Amino acid sequence: MALKFPIYLDHAATTPCDPRVVEAMLPYFTEKFGNPGSRNHSFGWDAEAAVDAAREQVAAVLGATDKEIIFTSGATESNNLALRGAAMMYEKSPAGSGKCRGHIITSAIEHKAVLDPCKRLQKEGFEVTFLDPPADGIINADMVKAALRDDTILVSLMWANNEIGTINDIPAIGAMLKASGREIIFHTDATQWAAKMPTNVEKDGVDLLSMSGHKIYGPKGVGALYIRRRRPRVRLTSLVDGGGQERGFRSGTLNVTGIVGLGKACEIARSEMDRDTARLAKMRKRLEDSITAQLDSTQVNGHREKRLPHIANISFGFVEGESLMMACKEIACSSGSACTSASLEPSYVLKGLGVGDELAHSSLRLSLGRWTTDEQIDYAIDKIVTAVKKLRLLSPLYDMHKEGIDLSKVEWSGH
Amino acid sequence: MSYGPKIIDHYENPRNVGNFGTQADVKTRKDVGVGLVGAPECGDVMQLQIKVDQASGKIEDAKFKCFGCGSAIASSSLATEWLKGKTLDEGLAIKNTQIVEELSLPPVKIHCSVLAEDAIRAAIADYKAKNGLPADADHAKAH
Repeated sequence: MALKFPIYLDHAATTPCDPRVVEAMLPYFTEKFGNPGSRNHSFGWDAEAAVDAAREQVAAVLGATDKEIIFTSGATESNNLALRGAAMMYEKSPAGSGKCRGHIITSAIEHKAVLDPCKRLQKEGFEVTFLDPPADGIINADMVKAALRDDTILVSLMWANNEIGTINDIPAIGAMLKASGREIIFHTDATQWAAKMPTNVEKDGVDLLSMSGHKIYGPKGVGALYIRRRRPRVRLTSLVDGGGQERGFRSGTLNVTGIVGLGKACEIARSEMDRDTARLAKMRKRLEDSITAQLDSTQVNGHREKRLPHIANISFGFVEGESLMMACKEIACSSGSACTSASLEPSYVLKGLGVGDELAHSSLRLSLGRWTTDEQIDYAIDKIVTAVKKLRLLSPLYDMHKEGIDLSKVEWSGH
Repeated sequence: MSYGPKIIDHYENPRNVGNFGTQADVKTRKDVGVGLVGAPECGDVMQLQIKVDQASGKIEDAKFKCFGCGSAIASSSLATEWLKGKTLDEGLAIKNTQIVEELSLPPVKIHCSVLAEDAIRAAIADYKAKNGLPADADHAKAH
């Protein structure tokens, strides 16, 4: 089959809806348009039944019970509700008391939807520890344990990183926190992980888990938050008040179509997860191996094994980011430089891993998906290798590197 | 970033890519002036080399290499085209605004043309220094 351009290798940003998901959603736009809050007629009952079914589908993929799932507008809202909601509920001292309201542990390479709520809480009187990951990007239980304080109320760590795909040791961290015997709420931003990798919130010791619809072949604008009901029963202060939907955690008429889509996406994920994972891991390995075999001064970022199967983050030395994107314009992917470029924001994730310590790297994040083909991967390999070679022919820095000049010792004129 | 056709053309078919020898070679060549401007951490490094015909005092050849965005590559490629056949004074008369105009650089890319002008001045200054010529008073202080 002829290739269609551009080739989409940015599934960590968003995924296309699975046609089976769209099909499941369609009736709820038109003939089954009811409000699940309407208790007096079949329109409401139909909508409520659909939401209940979706809640069970989401719970099943997480190893939770349906009463522990609430629907939101996406992972950003789930993260905000989890962090703010728990901080407000479990604070040690009230606002304005002048005392630390509570201690929160997170990491420096979380998504902005966790970092920014944490920074706001910091301004409001909470203290936050941002753990710096080692070069492989993995936060483990020992690092969290070392940061615990008597007043720690909340730990929030992503299950898998969105830029480099590395997997934190969530089950071990959950077990460590439970074994501590203290009431510390454990939240995980599982946007890149949930419904892609096997999850069991019960076994994994997670109290709160955020997920999104559009990363898992479902629709945009819908997500879920898992809220543990037993051992402990987690309470949250709501952010949106009103009609008391979602057991008061999140008021507002439910996004029935989106919720039905999210449920269906989870159901499909459950039955196809193993097959998808094996296929993607094989393709990703070929992509990385082939590129690094053909190009020197090129590295794959993040821990080599503890990574999601579909994300590859590769740094290319002596090549500038925007020109690399220009040369690869047939490939829709994401870029991140570790250095400050005029046109590209530096990636705080790569900087956090020390990737920027060596000068003049550019990185591409290539993320594969359910419909990525071997032909597309072949094309991407060829295109990227050709582009980097072309740009290195143009690069005075690559010449200097080849001549054995240490770029960090050159006196640059700068701007 | 969507670019105009002239930038794309220079980016896809850069003119006069190369150098007149390794960094060590060109340092000792009196007929070659080298300008290396920018910094890797800023995302732009331009290297411009001019080869001067000692008899006529004209720039007979110019080569560039560039680590930078499409606009930076296009600006330095264009600079080599314009330098060829010019005297040193004519070379110094090239202004970044002319590069902006010729390539239709978007406002956020003006700095690429400034860098190209800097590279021209640095290469000519290097040639003059190597050959005991007086540095251009206007420009010596800037860089």
